[in-house]
Amino acid sequence: MKLKPVGYLERGELPLEKGEALRLYRAMRRARFFDEKAMTLQRQGRLGVYAPFMGQEAAQVGVGLALGEGDWVVPSYRETALLLTRGVPIHVLLLYWRAHPAGWGFPEGVRAVNPYIPIATQIPQAVGLALAGRHRGEGWVVATSIGDGGTSEGDFHEGLNFAAVFQAPVIFLVQNNGYAISVPRHRQMRVDYIARKAEGYGMPGVVVDGNDAVAVYLEAKKAVERARKGEGPTLLEALTYRLAPHTTSDDPSRYRTREEEEAWRKKDPVLRFRKALEEGGLWGEEEERALLGELEEEFARELALADSAPEPRPEEIVEHVYKEMGPDQRRAFEALRQGLHLEEVW
Amino acid sequence: MVKEKTRVLNMVQAINEALDLALAQDPRVLVFGEDVGRLGGVFRVTEGLQAKHGEARVFDTPLAESGILGLAIGLAMGGMRPVAEIQFAGFLYPALDQILSHLGRWRHRSRGRVGLPVVVRAPYGGGVHTPEQHADSPEAILCHTPGVKVVIPSSPERAKGLLLAAIEDEDPVFFLEAIKLYRGARAEVPEGYYTLPLGKARVLREGKAATLIGYGGMVEVMLEAAEVAGREGVEVTVVDLETLVPLDEETVLEAVRATGRAIVVYEAMRTGGFGAEVAARIAEGALDYLQAPVLRVAGYDAPYPPFSAIEHLYRPNARRVLAALRKALSY
Repeated sequence: MKLKPVGYLERGELPLEKGEALRLYRAMRRARFFDEKAMTLQRQGRLGVYAPFMGQEAAQVGVGLALGEGDWVVPSYRETALLLTRGVPIHVLLLYWRAHPAGWGFPEGVRAVNPYIPIATQIPQAVGLALAGRHRGEGWVVATSIGDGGTSEGDFHEGLNFAAVFQAPVIFLVQNNGYAISVPRHRQMRVDYIARKAEGYGMPGVVVDGNDAVAVYLEAKKAVERARKGEGPTLLEALTYRLAPHTTSDDPSRYRTREEEEAWRKKDPVLRFRKALEEGGLWGEEEERALLGELEEEFARELALADSAPEPRPEEIVEHVYKEMGPDQRRAFEALRQGLHLEEVW
Repeated sequence: MVKEKTRVLNMVQAINEALDLALAQDPRVLVFGEDVGRLGGVFRVTEGLQAKHGEARVFDTPLAESGILGLAIGLAMGGMRPVAEIQFAGFLYPALDQILSHLGRWRHRSRGRVGLPVVVRAPYGGGVHTPEQHADSPEAILCHTPGVKVVIPSSPERAKGLLLAAIEDEDPVFFLEAIKLYRGARAEVPEGYYTLPLGKARVLREGKAATLIGYGGMVEVMLEAAEVAGREGVEVTVVDLETLVPLDEETVLEAVRATGRAIVVYEAMRTGGFGAEVAARIAEGALDYLQAPVLRVAGYDAPYPPFSAIEHLYRPNARRVLAALRKALSY
């Protein structure tokens, strides 16, 4: 089996209609805008630990926009761009990274679940969610996403095997950004392409240039179509790079070189796509300025919303553990509500 | 509860009947796990269900416990009511991440948006000479997981009604079935659909001398001990917890306050076992009534022995309960 990354931009191709291309660019630019703002807010002490995705916009937005309205995403913690494409409001995402309870329940109608912190555990769950759509006759497709390190976890293998056996309508996006925090890909696995593993489960595996929004989008659309037709899951490996640290607590200079970062910066998916649009006469300085103005305004509005979220109540600690509180939660709830310690009311 | 007609069934038959009724009543219910389809499960609990309800509703999965739990979580997120079987409770360990990180947490971490009405059934406990790892009692690990409920029935009639209640419940429920009782316990079981409330303990026998507290496979052991003691004029109260989470603390404390002595019986290893939690609650809520320390009759702090000849020494029996009772009475 020979694999070669699919790409278009290198060849100067833009096989997309104008509306589609601009939709893709705007979503990527919006995601980048969020990421830059979030990093700044974190440095100001206005967000908690944050996991940036800068550099991986094409992979996430490409898959996100390939989905239909009724489809679901089951993301990992670095998939904020994917969540933005699904309509999760910016203030909710800011509250999530502020560890505020109001950032934990996405609004009704948003077909995305909370990001997952444990690695790869969402993979079998995504398969279950996809099968639920089949049982209910709603046929939604589920896109779930992890990094290259996540493919070493047992749940990745169990989930892919389940998906293939049940022919579940799932797209497994692996954002191969070369590092699991500090551990490089070659210490994680002995294969050249992760997509190669798909054959072992009995599903198609595709490797794309993950910094090429057109390539990711078009391959993801094919995978969605296949899933919708009942032809089962696809493993989509996006070769990409995170230009920022793993999280705001990480120091990438300990494990990778400036030269390597610079080389990838030249393939920045947002700039690369903008250049392609400009060369195709679809975008220019003026449009860019207008878009940035819009984004600035939207972000300011959303940040104000996040800032105005009320402080969590102490008793929220024991809310939503069960549909109805058991005796132990009730007792704790009463104590917290009265500003007492549990030991005082026992 | 409809109780007009009953038949004598064993635990396997009663649970099979509950699953059959649930599948018939609610199209969202799915039954799956390893070997549950054509084989009907290693204990035949799901026998005939695939033939009757079809391969879409009752199906075999690949051999992967974490995958099974993950699948159940995703199905529940999507609006189904999965009933997953894990072949032996000791095989839950590969799925602990799914249980601790997700199954128990989703309602909380989605602020109530995602509730998971999942039931996980698993046989547990010893007494029938199973191989290694087949006789574990991991209920304490599950009870230490916020967001899940833990139910352990002690008779066929209770098992049927509690399982139907567990399937109706909006939260994840672990339903542990004592292997020893599968074919060993037989009882009058009402026909038709009925539920029994979760979160209620039962007083099975009343006496003034002491209170025995236990669940699942230990209930018949406690009753046997109570019978023997009763013949010698020592009448004891026997409490079947039935639901470990949420715990019916009031029933336990009331029973202990009335007798002043408490013995907790469980077959899991002693340290950190659920009986230790019960003992602690008695110390917190009924210390003034105690005339003797709360005693535990439990497994030893060692893996459950797969050695048939000495297995009975690990698993508490009536003799050990009686020895503890004598100790409590002579304190």
